[in-house]
Amino acid sequence: MGVIDPYTAPPIPQGPDQDAILKAVGDEITNRGFVIAKADKLFNWARSGSLWPMTFGLACCAVEMIHSASSRYDMDRYGMLFRPSPRQSDVMIVAGTLTNKMAPALRRVYDQMPEPRWVLSMGSCANGGGYYHYSYAVVRGCDRIVPVDVYVPGCPPTAEALIYGLLQLQKKIRRTATIART
Amino acid sequence: MGEMDQIEDGRPTDTAPSALETMVVHLQHLLGDAVSSADISGGQIILRTTSPALITLLTSLRDDVVASFNQLTDLTAVDYPDRPERFEMVYQLLSMKNNMRLRILMPVDEGQTAPSVVGLFNSANWAEREVWDMFGIFFAGHPDLRRLLTDYGFEGHPLRKDFPLTGHVEVRYDDTLRRVVNEPVSLVQEFRDFDFLSPWEGMQGQIDAGSADKVGKGE
Repeated sequence: MGVIDPYTAPPIPQGPDQDAILKAVGDEITNRGFVIAKADKLFNWARSGSLWPMTFGLACCAVEMIHSASSRYDMDRYGMLFRPSPRQSDVMIVAGTLTNKMAPALRRVYDQMPEPRWVLSMGSCANGGGYYHYSYAVVRGCDRIVPVDVYVPGCPPTAEALIYGLLQLQKKIRRTATIART
Repeated sequence: MGEMDQIEDGRPTDTAPSALETMVVHLQHLLGDAVSSADISGGQIILRTTSPALITLLTSLRDDVVASFNQLTDLTAVDYPDRPERFEMVYQLLSMKNNMRLRILMPVDEGQTAPSVVGLFNSANWAEREVWDMFGIFFAGHPDLRRLLTDYGFEGHPLRKDFPLTGHVEVRYDDTLRRVVNEPVSLVQEFRDFDFLSPWEGMQGQIDAGSADKVGKGE
């Protein structure tokens, strides 16, 4: 029996098929399902409670990112500590204009991050090129290079907006129902 | 009254020559044929020259004890597509001794080489690389003439007037090749040219009507 994602799978009509699945799930719960469900929650709690962002400041957005980390907004309250190394970080904040020349470096840093990993695109330039959308030297959105989980709009977004985006990312992680295996 | 005669830019209104004018006379004596014209504009001296004379001109300006223009603050180029000689190199010099700045203009045509001045001023090194990158002007005698700003393998020279704004290639991560690849540009949305000069364009009738209303109420 394959894993059915309750968020994306279509509803199963009433009948013997549905009964079979319900029975299988019931058996699973009586045997060992209860423990697995709790482990999911525990993992998600740990993951969302200590998001360590990789500092990838590219332009003026980086200043707002620094503000959100320093004393007034203090990202450390949420267990978010900036790491200078991709190998120690869970989330990459792409803060600023991503140029063509920088794109391979950004991808390399992303590839060095351990799973599970998330990407937060911060500001108009990282979201879709922004002011430099028609430029010959700028990537029209960092989602052309890395998969993005959360987009924070603004030019630049305020420190509060970035914190809000990170809280949205925490929500997204918490509602992930499966343990990722790649 | 002597002080009143001084105007804003420090040039006296009476017949006594200013420091800039004195310097221009001195430079014309010093440089001779190397300079094709010398003007004063915006509080600095502007010299025009040609590429064969550039090195001797800069050497004299740098090493002359009186002029002492021994700092190259900037070096760039301008593209004038309509001119017979397309580009114009601009050299900005500073004389700390005289508190004076000097600009040298030199026409260069497309495909023509300009003499490198790295031997005279080290600050010209990256500046000439940038000009090569942006305009495609080749500098003869430069120690390491590579592109400075644009991507590795970039084609074209972006600050030329005939370079398209969006360029020729864009990058994307290719999942199968597992690397960032270059592709021909395909814009999802066509370039939109906004006219920001008049924010009230098309509003003129309403503005007039509004002001007429106010006048009527006031009376």
